[in-house]
Amino acid sequence: MALGPYQSFIVTSYALVGAVVALLIVWIAVDYRRQKARLRELEASGITRRSGRTATDMS
Amino acid sequence: MTLIDLANPTRFLSLTAKVLPWLAGATAVLLIVGLYQSAMAPDDYQQGATVKIMFIHVPNAWLAMFVWGIMSVAALGTLVWRHPLADVAAKAAAPIGAAFTFLALVTGSLWGRPMWGTYWEWDARLTSVLILFLMYLGLMALWRAVEDPSRAARAAAILTLVGAINLPIIKFSVDWWNTLHQPASVMRMGGSSLDRAFLVPLLVMAIAFSLLFITLHLAAMRNEILRRRIRTLQMMQAGRPTV
Repeated sequence: MALGPYQSFIVTSYALVGAVVALLIVWIAVDYRRQKARLRELEASGITRRSGRTATDMS
Repeated sequence: MTLIDLANPTRFLSLTAKVLPWLAGATAVLLIVGLYQSAMAPDDYQQGATVKIMFIHVPNAWLAMFVWGIMSVAALGTLVWRHPLADVAAKAAAPIGAAFTFLALVTGSLWGRPMWGTYWEWDARLTSVLILFLMYLGLMALWRAVEDPSRAARAAAILTLVGAINLPIIKFSVDWWNTLHQPASVMRMGGSSLDRAFLVPLLVMAIAFSLLFITLHLAAMRNEILRRRIRTLQMMQAGRPTV
């Protein structure tokens, strides 16, 4: 696949999109782990929801 | 399950846990197919291989506007129907929309340099998309600045609806003003002017990026619901009598 004289513009565009999408995925995944860990800490310290269900309950 | 059932955050979390792996898988498959088709697409007779930038620039540009549209519907949900997940949906969508807008601007700029001879021109299309990007950043700053979530939700919803005025300006800027940016070539009266060799990979990439947005949005909404549960529990903790 020859990309011609503007190869650097094409490759930079695709690399940048890949990097930003990867950053979004990692940010959301790390945020999820952080929230779950914080909820577990709170529940371990005896704080529970009024419904009595655990805050990490997803069922 | 009806739409009203999703007003319950716990039911929403349950649904999200079930659909997210499937959505992520479908997104990955479509992205691989779209990238392969983009790589195999022929060179344009005028633009040469730089036409390949279109396959990532256009989906990002469409999503930049689409996400603000979704946020506008969510803003109505906050202000009119007071749907419990409306503000969660808007707040979770904003950083993703900002990322797509940033990518539309930068990939457009990288496409513009070899084709137009310049990275940037203060014409109506480019400037209105830059304004959209700044509005995303402003909205994210507003959510962070106002501590009370319900006040932040109302203020953000109003700002989102005001900002929606920019969407038709972006769409029709190439028709209303004389711009460097080309007019619409896919969504236009009389059908697409793109050859099938370019249209098919473009549509596959557009569907793949749309699925990517839905996947990331649902995951970010799940995080936001958990963040709000933490806030509630912390307030309960602060209100507990100390011995």
